[in-house]
Amino acid sequence: MATYQLNVNGQSKKVDVDPGTPLLWVLREELKMTGTKYGCGISACGACTVHVDGIATRSCVVPVSLVGNRKITTIEAIAQDPVGRVVQNAWVEKDVVQCGYCQSGQIMSAVALLKATPKPTEQNIEESMGGNLCRCATYVRIREAIKSASQQMT
Amino acid sequence: MLSTSRFVSRSLLIVLCFIATWIVLTGNAANGGRDHKKLVTDANRVDGLAAWEQVYSVLTSPRCINCHTATNYPQQGDDRHRHFANVVRGPEGKGVPALNCVSCHQEANADSTGVPGGPGWHLAPLSMRWQDTNDKPLPSAAVCRAVTDRSRNENMDGPALLKHHQEAALVLWAWNPGRRPDGTMRTVPPLTHAEFVNATRNWVDAGTPCPGGNPRAR
Repeated sequence: MATYQLNVNGQSKKVDVDPGTPLLWVLREELKMTGTKYGCGISACGACTVHVDGIATRSCVVPVSLVGNRKITTIEAIAQDPVGRVVQNAWVEKDVVQCGYCQSGQIMSAVALLKATPKPTEQNIEESMGGNLCRCATYVRIREAIKSASQQMT
Repeated sequence: MLSTSRFVSRSLLIVLCFIATWIVLTGNAANGGRDHKKLVTDANRVDGLAAWEQVYSVLTSPRCINCHTATNYPQQGDDRHRHFANVVRGPEGKGVPALNCVSCHQEANADSTGVPGGPGWHLAPLSMRWQDTNDKPLPSAAVCRAVTDRSRNENMDGPALLKHHQEAALVLWAWNPGRRPDGTMRTVPPLTHAEFVNATRNWVDAGTPCPGGNPRAR
């Protein structure tokens, strides 16, 4: 066990966990922030996506010992970000969610895409969102919501 | 008078013979030097090519070549299959927003989750592709030409290539590749890092020869 001081959504959080514990489980089990979801555990589905220093990161495969003092942003705080707020509104507007399980990861990836590429092409969306799986197959609505958010950002 | 003249003629003939012999001998010696030099150069090239084949055996091992693809994606595993999760190269070989290499690959190996890592994880540029578009490793000569072509290798000369093999973080990673998700160790290249560096040094000292010739004079 080791003690880590994490910067989560602008707040300092102290946890005492095994160094190999994935960030996902620190967020969910230690900090009780369950908005970030466990999907596959091998970074194949994107449900666990958070931002680490602004980079979309698969929290299920990142040991807490490798996070350091980088800033972690989770779905719980994404509405405080201007782009995050626009994306969440677009998600509501387009009624994207079906079961909703993957959507926190979808939104975190969409925000990362739009921050880097405010006017994404179809290929940009395809490539950036291609690692986020949705068992309800809401892909068409996800795509429309990203385009809508992009338009609202201008 | 006649005997004196005969004596002078004989003496002159002896001197001429001596001079001719000297010219022939020294000429042969000079030619022999060139032959010797050529033999040494040939031997150097042979040794250099042998050293290159050792280097090539490492470059085409999965730990190295999986990120030197000619395609839009990296590979993974000893069977060099396409990277899972729809990972793509991206404009700078670092993936794309929301699916960057560093979305999973951190600054060090994550042995608890089986994800390899190292500083600045990324794909090699397409100019340094060591495979064809069907994911088959290129022949030794083609890889050698790519590695030694300074218009393609970030302007590295022989000593810079040696330094790259000695010190580059992602090169060193190949000998410390961490654990797979199932907990077993990833395989390493066929030579030790010390053997790899030594082979590179021998190849560089021989003038970085390539099978079939080099791309251009350096």
